[in-house]
Amino acid sequence: MSCPQLILHLPYSPPFNCYQLFFYLSWLQNACHKGSYGYQKLKEREPRACIRFKCALTNTILDILRRRPGWVEVKEEGEWDFYWCDVCWLRENFDHTYMDEHVRICHFRNHYELTRKNYIVKNLKRFRKQIEREAGKLEATKCDFFPKTFEMPSEYHLFVEEFRKNPGITWIMKPVARSQGKGIFLFRKLKDVIDWRKVKQITCFILQDGVRTDDQKDETQVENYVAQCYIENPYLIGGRKFDLRVYVLVMSYIPLKAWLYRDGFARFSNTRFTLSSIDDHYVHLTNVAVQKTAPDYDPEKGCKWMIQRFRQYLTAKHGAEVVETLFAEMDNIFIKSLQSVQKVIISDKHCFELYGYDILIDQELKPWLLEVNASPSLTASSQEDYELKCRLLKDTLHIVDMEGRLTGKEKRIGGFDLMWNDGPVSRAEGNVDTPVNGSFMANTHLGYNNDRKKQLKQLFKSLPTQQKVQC
Amino acid sequence: MMLEQDTGLSLAIAQIVQRLKGSSLHSQLERQARGSLHKPEIKLESLKEDIKDFLKTSGWEKRLQNAVYSELNVFPSPCHPAAPPEHMKEPLVYMRKAQGSWEKRILKSLNSMCTELSIPLARKRPIGEQKELFNKWNEMGTDEPDLSLFRPVYAPKDFLEVLMNLRNPNYENGDQPSFRNHLGLIQVPLKVKDIPELKDYFSELGLNTGQLGIDDSTQVPPELFENEHVRVGQTVLTEQDSAAAQQYVRQGCPTALRAELWALILNISNQPEDILYYEQLKSNVIQHDLLVDSLIYKDVKLTASNDDYYFVFEDYLYQVLLCFSRDTSVLEHFSYNSATPPKSYIRGVIPFHGFSMYVAPLCFLYHEPSKLYQIFREMYVRFFFRLHSISSHPSGIVSLCLLFETLLQTHLPQLFYHLREIGAQPLRISFKWMVRAFSGYLATDQLLLLWDRILGYNSLEILAVLAAAVFAFRAVNLMEVTSLAAAEAVLADLSTLKVMPLLQIFLFATVT
Repeated sequence: MSCPQLILHLPYSPPFNCYQLFFYLSWLQNACHKGSYGYQKLKEREPRACIRFKCALTNTILDILRRRPGWVEVKEEGEWDFYWCDVCWLRENFDHTYMDEHVRICHFRNHYELTRKNYIVKNLKRFRKQIEREAGKLEATKCDFFPKTFEMPSEYHLFVEEFRKNPGITWIMKPVARSQGKGIFLFRKLKDVIDWRKVKQITCFILQDGVRTDDQKDETQVENYVAQCYIENPYLIGGRKFDLRVYVLVMSYIPLKAWLYRDGFARFSNTRFTLSSIDDHYVHLTNVAVQKTAPDYDPEKGCKWMIQRFRQYLTAKHGAEVVETLFAEMDNIFIKSLQSVQKVIISDKHCFELYGYDILIDQELKPWLLEVNASPSLTASSQEDYELKCRLLKDTLHIVDMEGRLTGKEKRIGGFDLMWNDGPVSRAEGNVDTPVNGSFMANTHLGYNNDRKKQLKQLFKSLPTQQKVQC
Repeated sequence: MMLEQDTGLSLAIAQIVQRLKGSSLHSQLERQARGSLHKPEIKLESLKEDIKDFLKTSGWEKRLQNAVYSELNVFPSPCHPAAPPEHMKEPLVYMRKAQGSWEKRILKSLNSMCTELSIPLARKRPIGEQKELFNKWNEMGTDEPDLSLFRPVYAPKDFLEVLMNLRNPNYENGDQPSFRNHLGLIQVPLKVKDIPELKDYFSELGLNTGQLGIDDSTQVPPELFENEHVRVGQTVLTEQDSAAAQQYVRQGCPTALRAELWALILNISNQPEDILYYEQLKSNVIQHDLLVDSLIYKDVKLTASNDDYYFVFEDYLYQVLLCFSRDTSVLEHFSYNSATPPKSYIRGVIPFHGFSMYVAPLCFLYHEPSKLYQIFREMYVRFFFRLHSISSHPSGIVSLCLLFETLLQTHLPQLFYHLREIGAQPLRISFKWMVRAFSGYLATDQLLLLWDRILGYNSLEILAVLAAAVFAFRAVNLMEVTSLAAAEAVLADLSTLKVMPLLQIFLFATVT
């Protein structure tokens, strides 16, 4: 054992009896792990007595972190073991922050490969080509869940070509980096795009001379847009358009380990769907942030259905088999999208990320990927929503397992089911390592009953842990 | 005795034949029989037998069987031939009288609203307005008429006050109230089932029988019950047998089969003439505006539109309820309903606060307006009407209230007494649940499991049993409250309750 640079205060003076020797050796071993920061440095998977956290948000996640037993909030400049950070901090600080082995942070450095609209398009296109080369055309069609998208202005001419090939269809223009539905508009005529482009250029020209704020800078110079094929035949319920929000937790990209949450919700547009009202922002965008500003928005009226209710509605209408197929296709979206960025995302073992997937279903019951959010909203819109987000975040923290309780072989933790573990995960009995015989059924349960409390009780009972567990 | 039974049976047969004669099924059967004459297997010598066999094998006998079964379910068994028609509506005179005066009150209230607001009960729409409504038919929910001056004609609690004051003039209960007497709000001596009778009646809900809502949970391997149950359900649907379906749904409907099973039990087949009938009603709506329409609008906006799950179906609710208020075929159920339609422009049902909640859950199952309409209409004439009219029927609201109070007083006497002492009579809280058949109070999937059993047993008694089971479930918390408001708060949120386990525990697992 080498213990450089430490002054040892021996508890006993030699000679030792065997008990004192034993004590001395184990004390020595512990002492050697004292880091230069002066706090006790434990081995990575050892149960920790106290977990220091920092949180950049003031909504549901902060409530959950504060209530977690053994977790303590640290002040501004204190040392932390866990940080629920925002992406701005990440961009500015990740590269020069030293993190010990056990430290966890809730974003991957370059998550935008998955979440920015122009990058995901590029990554999916490249991945699709790769699959076509390796496994053929049919297999590659499994990647056709993203509506045709063109980056602007770089792919403007390609877009115009595609536009001319399909006259009369509707397109949607979205800024790549903004959220909450800002800056989006629909169009059918090329003239609309040309006009818009002119306006943007003129604005840029005018503002070049003046003093600009950071926001304006983004808008005029850095901002890119994508033009995307608008899905004109969305599945409607009660005449209303909706999209699905699903949560996927990625613990690592190499190897790819991803969990799917059983809960989720369908977000409804407050008004009836019709293609004739392209200018009605409120009809087409189901984003809750946009709906909140619609004139007839009633905040008491949650425009959300829990996904369990949605799944039941579809089953009653179309039968169980059709719904199984739809949900299996959604599983495919999650997995393929993650695989497409597997090689580009820096898979730092300190990082994990909870993604909010936005899925749109069309009338043929085909699911489409609208976008992936790295910071899905954790602000609750209703009591039911608050409870869902509490469950989601509690279970996320269980999986991150700062407390070092899990074996790593679990297939289900609370409401999360292990969807991908460097390969598909089967629903069959047994843990991750059990070999599968018979037909394969995926270990995903989106829209199933989330009896997480029971499952967590059983799980933690079976684990060798002394710590108090909050389910 | 035997003679009575025989005459009873032949009377019943005669009445059913009378009702089915002239129905579309009758003409279809005739057509089929005539068409079969061309078939080689029909021989002149044995014409009658051969045609009967043909109808059997082609499934028409089944359809006739279903129609007969439907008639038996809906119409009460005929009483003594000398009994007057009012007797079939309601045998007890004091109940009839009470229903009569309640109706007068409602009508008076409606008329005074009319005079106050200077709105006619009915008017013909100008052509422009008709066109507009026609174009907007599928999205009437976007309309925002000014309804601030309209009030619901009555709310469930008004109705409860009336029921509380019901007295049988022939029944003298002069003694001081004691434990021997009934401590609840309902003071009429109707016969209700006790727990041993309920156990027998609801035997398929027992602990040893598989149930959807319990034995299909993720913990239970589907091979044990669910798979087989689904298979049986599919067979029932292939056989198209109403009676079998009714028996089957007592154990719950699989989600994917529920819509078809309910339609089979209610004998709804959405024939072209049914669709035509619905279109006819729709054109009535477009041509005439009724005062009742505004009440319907108001009710939908106040209740279903504010519900987290039913708001999506707002447009469907208008399409169903506006037509329903003009449907004169609903009138024929008044022959066995203690209520009487008003002799004025309002030919149908006057909606009360929460009425639209009867329709909302059905929108989860039926998406085609005319089918949704027929299902709702059939549900109304079989079940829902009993929840807001005064009668002595075992599924009538009076009996349900009495059943609820009796169950609670007998099996949870301490709780009942405690609540009574703090001024929180249990019926005051559970009444609204039962009047709405729990719609809007339970989670939708649980509500549909409950309504499965209403259809399966052709009775609403399960509502009273569930209400008592809910109180039993929350008894510990209720014992600690000291006011009506606090008791209401304990029972405010039923959305997390699982209906079938509650019913099973209350009926079969409690020591009586």
